[in-house]
Parts: sequence; structure tokens; C-alpha cells
Amino acid sequence: MIFYIARRLIWTIVVVLCVIGITYVVFFKLPAGNPALRFAGKSPTPQELAQVEHRLGLDKPWYVQFGRFAYHFFTGDQYGWPGLGYTYASGASVKSLIFSRAPRTLFLIAGAAVLWLFSGVAIGVISAVRRRTVTDRVAMGFALFGISTPVFWLGLMMLYIFWRQLGWAGGAGYVSPASSPTGFFSHMILPWITLAMLYAAFYARMTRNNLLETLGEDYIRTARAKGLSERRVILKHGLRASLTPIVTMFGMDIALLVGGAVITESVFNLQGLGYLAINSALTQDLPIVAGVVMLAAVAVALMNLIVDILYAFIDPRVRYA
Amino acid sequence: MSTGLPEPTRERDDRLLLDVRGLTVRFPTPDGVVQAVSDVSFQLRRGETLGVVGESGSGKSVSNLAIMGLLNRARTVISGEVEFKGRDLLTLSTDALRTVRGKEIAMVFQDPFACLHPMYRVGAQIAEAVTAHEDVPRERAWARAVELLDHVGIPNATSRARDYPHQFSGGMRQRAMIAMALVHNPDILICDEPTTALDVTVQAQILELIESVKREFDIGVILVTHDLGVVAETANSVMVMYAGRVMEYGPANGIFSRPQHPYAWGLLDSMPSVERRLDALVPIEGSPPSLLTPPSGCPFHPRCPYRFEPCATERPPLEAPNADAHLDACWLPWDKKVQLGLQRAKKVAA
Repeated sequence: MIFYIARRLIWTIVVVLCVIGITYVVFFKLPAGNPALRFAGKSPTPQELAQVEHRLGLDKPWYVQFGRFAYHFFTGDQYGWPGLGYTYASGASVKSLIFSRAPRTLFLIAGAAVLWLFSGVAIGVISAVRRRTVTDRVAMGFALFGISTPVFWLGLMMLYIFWRQLGWAGGAGYVSPASSPTGFFSHMILPWITLAMLYAAFYARMTRNNLLETLGEDYIRTARAKGLSERRVILKHGLRASLTPIVTMFGMDIALLVGGAVITESVFNLQGLGYLAINSALTQDLPIVAGVVMLAAVAVALMNLIVDILYAFIDPRVRYA
Repeated sequence: MSTGLPEPTRERDDRLLLDVRGLTVRFPTPDGVVQAVSDVSFQLRRGETLGVVGESGSGKSVSNLAIMGLLNRARTVISGEVEFKGRDLLTLSTDALRTVRGKEIAMVFQDPFACLHPMYRVGAQIAEAVTAHEDVPRERAWARAVELLDHVGIPNATSRARDYPHQFSGGMRQRAMIAMALVHNPDILICDEPTTALDVTVQAQILELIESVKREFDIGVILVTHDLGVVAETANSVMVMYAGRVMEYGPANGIFSRPQHPYAWGLLDSMPSVERRLDALVPIEGSPPSLLTPPSGCPFHPRCPYRFEPCATERPPLEAPNADAHLDACWLPWDKKVQLGLQRAKKVAA
């Protein structure tokens, strides 16, 4: 078990290193033009340019530059850990910018994830148990709706109905939980539901199909032959075995949303990480984009690690593989 | 009418455990109704092993699943009576049936590789069978699981109970399944092809274990198999099934020494043994019929070398031809059967 975790951990570190390398090349080597030009202000003199190049370390060979980049990432720079440099536009710390936006995205993901995991799995189980009944058809109809509805449309509809017309929820914009917990929930509930809808639909279908497959297994018949209640047969024996692919998907989905909840963030004007990345890309403020990309990549790698470790707890056969 | 079996007068026979009468199972499908089991009747007594033999799809497993209530009631039509301790299992509610299942009637299945949950410890799965019917603390249930694993011959049961199924060999898993079945000292143990998935040497051990369990707990065993050798070794009585129907039913020595039905002859002649060379094996021509559209009359008639005029149109009843014979469902007159049987015996001896 310890070896298994250690092996996974080493792989995670290798992946993160690769991500840093690729990010560096894509954002700092491939773009045309001298980055120093962006920092030096309008029509700089050659001396000013050389000064900026020296300050940015651009006069050093590429491997020294990359070494500094990676070194800063792991050990921190003058703005603290992780060192992500500063923005082209204002010279402010990328780290502080990202860290100020990150809670919005993380709260959005966390709330939506809880919603979609529980509702999706519950709908899937009910659908599988009541297969080919009206309940099943209604649930799968909901799933089809959730999967095929564009998030921006759903988000706007939510805002229109529940904020403008009914006034049940807060409108767009972000309220930090520290300043007003009720305001926070009131403003987050619609984005949570909107984002969760799509995923809940996927999870419901996946749970239903996995569970139906599992319920045909011989060990389910054994569980019934023992005289267990149908509830226990399905929730303990059936669901446990259907859980593995759902855990994988859950980990991946959460990680991908770190940089990928752009549409929901935009519709509800939450100004989270995805929104930050898109805006910075439009203004060519590449250090910010690179910072978000690396954060998202690290999130993916970490979630992978967590999923792999969870696997070993869910399925004992993995531990000996 | 003599059955060749002890007469089942119910007042006297307190060893009678299970009385199945006219069990019929139908699966409605979009293509038609699958007539999986038709009019099957038999009895099981304490201390008796009933061997149920037949090819794949002969309805032997389905009849047992029906008795256990393990068929999906929404998608199955079951009729007949299954009397067990004065109750008709077919009319019990799902909840009432659950108190019988695993407690009074337990089942061991064919494939021990697929029948244990891969994600729970073997001991936990057996302990769960304990707590399913008995409100005992977890430690007591676990202790009972270890005790039973030890009883069925798992070495180091205390530590092996903490293993997962994939750490067990096939034979050990089947032992664990038997241990699970014995948790509540059931009256009936239904073994559905318990040795089919196992090595030959392990097969013998498992059969021996089932026999010793039967004697020790004085229970009735239904042994479903397509392996006549397995039946010959352990069964007291034998029921031969074909296309969902009983073809021949009687005491094991009668069936093996004086088989009466052409299908039983065919089965016995296609059974390899040490004495018989492989080229002396005679397969039954043709293949089993579709249960969507079973043949009219005797279901075996399209493959029967001795068929004659009534076979294709009228269904032969399951009766004993005379006082010395056991039950069969065949139109052949008794003297013809004796004659053919003698010819067969000579061929086997030669």
C-alpha cells in the first residue's frame, strides 16, 4: 500500500515537472517578440531595454531562465510561494491575483460538486432500481435535458426566473462568505445549480448504467440468496462496485473545472480563475495565463493522485496490481 | 402408482422437507414466451441428496432459482406449489421469503470466482449472512464466520477470513460459499453446479464436503449438475430434466442400473469413464430444442431414435410403468424398454 502510494506520488511530481516545462516553452519561448518590450513602456531606449532584460534575466541562457522559473515555482519568489512572477500590465504579483480569484472558483466548484455528486448518484440509483418505469423515464429525460442544455442559456434563465421574477436568489456577482454568509449563499446557489445540472445529468446516466450492469453480477445473486434486504443488496453490494468509474470521473471533473468553469463564471459575473485567464489571454498578459494553467494542471495531477489512492481503498484488487 | 421412492404420505413422513408440485416457470420476452420449466414435481427429504441432471437450458437451474425466489417476479410467471414446512414458498411475500432465504434454504452457486463480492473481505461476507437473520454484535458474527471457515477446511481461518476473494483459490472460494450457506444451519442446501468451475481434484473435495455437511446437519441437498459422474457419486435420487420437463425420476441406483428413458440412455452413453474408450462414446444427435417453441408431444421426440406414432403429438405423462420401475415420461411399452435396455447393457459390457 505504501509502495503503491509512493509510486503514484513520484509520478505526480514527474507530471508536474513536465507541465512546468511545457508551460514555460508555450508562454515564454514560443510567443513572438521580446518580452522585455512589454515591460519597458512605450518606445524605450536600448539602455532601458537592456536594463529590463537584465532584471527579467532574459540576458541569461534559456536553461538558466527555465531553472529560475521552475525554482521559483517550487520555492517561491519575492511574492511568496508558489512563485509565478508578475503581470505584464501592472507589474503586480500573479500569485496574489490568482489567490484573490481562486476562492471564488473553488467555492463554485465545491458547492456544485456536492450537489451534482449526490443528486446525480441518487437519480441514477432510483432510475436503475425502477428501470423501465415512469420514474426511470422522467429521470433519464432530466438527464437528457441537463446534458443538452447550454450552460449560458440555463444560467441566464436561472437568473431571470429566480432573481428577476421571483427574487428568491441573489443576482450576479460575488459576495465573500467572510463579509456576508447569507449573501454568499444567496449569490452562489444559482451558479451551483447551473453548473451541477450538466454534471448531475452525466452522473445519473453513468450511475444507472453501471449499477444495472453490476446488478446482473453473480455476487449480487449471492447477496440476495443470503436473505439481505433489497435496499442493502443495491446500496451496499451494487453501488460499491459501481462506484469506481464514478470516482475517476469525479476527480477529473473537479480538476478540469479549476480553469474551465469560464462560462458559469461569466454568466454570474463571479470573476474566478477561468474568467481571469480568458481576460488575460485577450490582453496578452501571458504570466497570468501561465499561472492559471499551471495551477489547473497541478490540480489535475493532484486529483489524479487522490483518485488513485481512493481506488486502492475502494477496490482491494488494485493494491496488489 | 408406485414411484420407487418411499411413499410421501405427509402425516407419517416428518422427514419430508420440500414438496414441489407442478412447478412451471415462464419468461415473457418480446420474441415470445420462454417455457423454461414445465410441470416439475419432486420431493426432498432430510438426509437425501437429489441429483438434478440435464443439458444446459434444461431448466434445472431455473427451477431452483424459482424455489429460492431469486427470479425477478416482475418478469417471470411462476405457477405450481413449493411446499416447505407447511408453507407455499411461491405465495409468500417478498419479505417473508427473505426470512427463508439464506436461513432455512441456502444456495451454493456454480462459479465461485464470480459469486463472492470482490471488494469485501471473505469473513465480512459470511458475517453479513449471519447478521442478515440474527441480531448479533459484529464481533460475534465475525467469530462465527471464522469458525465456519475453519469447519469447511480453510487453513488458518482466523487470518484467511481477513483476505479478499481474489486471494483465495477456486476450491477455497467454493468452501467459503458453503460456509456462508451453513451460517444458520439450513434445512435445505441447493448446490447449483458447485463443481463445474473447479479442477477435478478439487471437485472431489467439494463433493465430499457437501456430503459430510449433509450427514452432520441432517439436511436435504439438491445437487444440480450436468455431470452424471458427480450424481453417481453422491445422489440418493435422480431427476433427469430435458427442455424444462422431468423425463425420468427415481432412486439413483435405479436410474443408473436400469435407466428407462431414451434420453437417459443417451446421457449415460455419452458419459466418459475410465473403462470406456473415447470412441465408444455415443453423443445424442441434434441439439436441445428452443424453449420459445418447444416440440409438441414428447420434447425429446425430434432427437429420439425410438420415436413412434404418438410421440410427436401427445405428451407422455410422468408415470411408473409398473411396480418395480421408477417414474418416466415415455410412450415406449415396458417390454420394448426392457429389450432395448438389455441391448444397451450388452453393448456397454462389450
